[in-house]
Amino acid sequence: MSSTLLRTVPALRGALRASGAAKPAAALASTSFVRGKATLPDLSYDYGALEPHISGKIMELHHKKHHQTYVTGLNSALETIAEAESKGDFTKAASVAPLLNFHGGGHLNHTLFWENLAPASRDGGGEPSGVLKTAINEDFGSFDTFRKQMNTALAGIQGSGWAWLVKDKQSGTLGLVTRANQDPVSGPYTPLLGIDAWEHAYYLQYENRKVEYFEAIWNVINWKTVASRFEKA
Amino acid sequence: MVNFGNLLQYLAVQSPQQILSGDQLNTTAMAAYTLPALPYAYDALEPHISAQIMELHHSKHHAAYVANLNNALQSHVVAVTSSDIASQIALQAAIKFNGGGHINHSLFWQNLAPASSEEAKSEAAPSLTAEIQKTWGSFDAFKKAFSTTLLGIQGSGWGWLVKDGSGLRIVTTKDQDPVVGGEIPIFGVDMWEHAYYLQYLNGKAAYVENIWNVINWKTAEERFLGTREDIFKTLSAAL
Ligand SMILES: [Fe+2]
Ligand SMILES: [Fe+2]
Repeated sequence: MSSTLLRTVPALRGALRASGAAKPAAALASTSFVRGKATLPDLSYDYGALEPHISGKIMELHHKKHHQTYVTGLNSALETIAEAESKGDFTKAASVAPLLNFHGGGHLNHTLFWENLAPASRDGGGEPSGVLKTAINEDFGSFDTFRKQMNTALAGIQGSGWAWLVKDKQSGTLGLVTRANQDPVSGPYTPLLGIDAWEHAYYLQYENRKVEYFEAIWNVINWKTVASRFEKA
Repeated sequence: MVNFGNLLQYLAVQSPQQILSGDQLNTTAMAAYTLPALPYAYDALEPHISAQIMELHHSKHHAAYVANLNNALQSHVVAVTSSDIASQIALQAAIKFNGGGHINHSLFWQNLAPASSEEAKSEAAPSLTAEIQKTWGSFDAFKKAFSTTLLGIQGSGWGWLVKDGSGLRIVTTKDQDPVVGGEIPIFGVDMWEHAYYLQYLNGKAAYVENIWNVINWKTAEERFLGTREDIFKTLSAAL
């Protein structure tokens, strides 16, 4: 399960490669473990770069603390699985599945999230162009309708979770899905654009006014990233 | 200090209120729930839970559950009146979520108390603590087990100490799922990020450690000694 998860995500592969070079001490611990060791990816912008839409403090905690916790949890789950596997204890290995899903999903989702955001002064905000624009118009009617539907989906999440613009692998059409907690987008869908609707993503700045966060985040969506995911999918 | 018995009376008196809505010819009456007042000031749980958290949590979050519950119930009445089964089904998730949010937070406020109060001392729950020691071996072992369970919740949810036919148990519920099975909720802890984030940020372990200072053991003892019927009769009837 873990290897499938890792193989399908180019961004995550990058993070994994980086880990091998950066953490030689950890690499010595176990050969089989080195290959699956996840690390926290760097952001391609400063923590304060998404202000005033997302505060620097939120970004710093979100990346340095929350995302790091998922990375740590993922490595710990992988380690437990590897150990159990080496002892032939598959019951034990299977019991780690919820932790693997939660922390693996958390790592994957946040990695995709950071990449589909950008400072408003650079690539952030505006509207998609090219084939992505055409596809959004075809499948949602208009960009504005898409935005409204995404915001409705976000506001309707009961508890913690994410909303995603996805491409259906079979039909090639675009759609919206929500996922509870850190459940990753998988199966028939390729994730193109994710928005984190956990309270930690906005609470320090927007408190209970999550609708304001869902409005503001459109100013920092990196449509270049979304378009590139769409074209590769 | 309002005890749990008073809460039930409060809910019975305060909600539902009969309000005529929609077409008066249909004599469609529905329940309107109201936000219960806190039995202490917003800053009364300082320094363990900040006044800012308490005020937002009660006057915004809990109020939103109440408002959205009333909206969903009103729509449901309309759907029933017009025999619109599809809409009735579609409304069930909103009723469960917001109704659960209303029940959970109502129970939560009552099972907290200022740290300096008599209610916040475990001595206020002699029968309950005896049963806890019997079940977990020691009071500390129980606290550790409960804390570990709280910290293991993935996403939004609650941890509860409950009593059922076979004794005490620790359970978790996701999002706003209420404890309305066969169990008696003794006390609950809100593990949504809004319950601690402004003060503890990502440090939820510190929130869990500090919540023990403000548990209302007097309320917990009363719930423990009461029957499920005592506790949920009014709530269930009100729903
Ligand atoms: Fe997040
Ligand atoms: Fe809450």
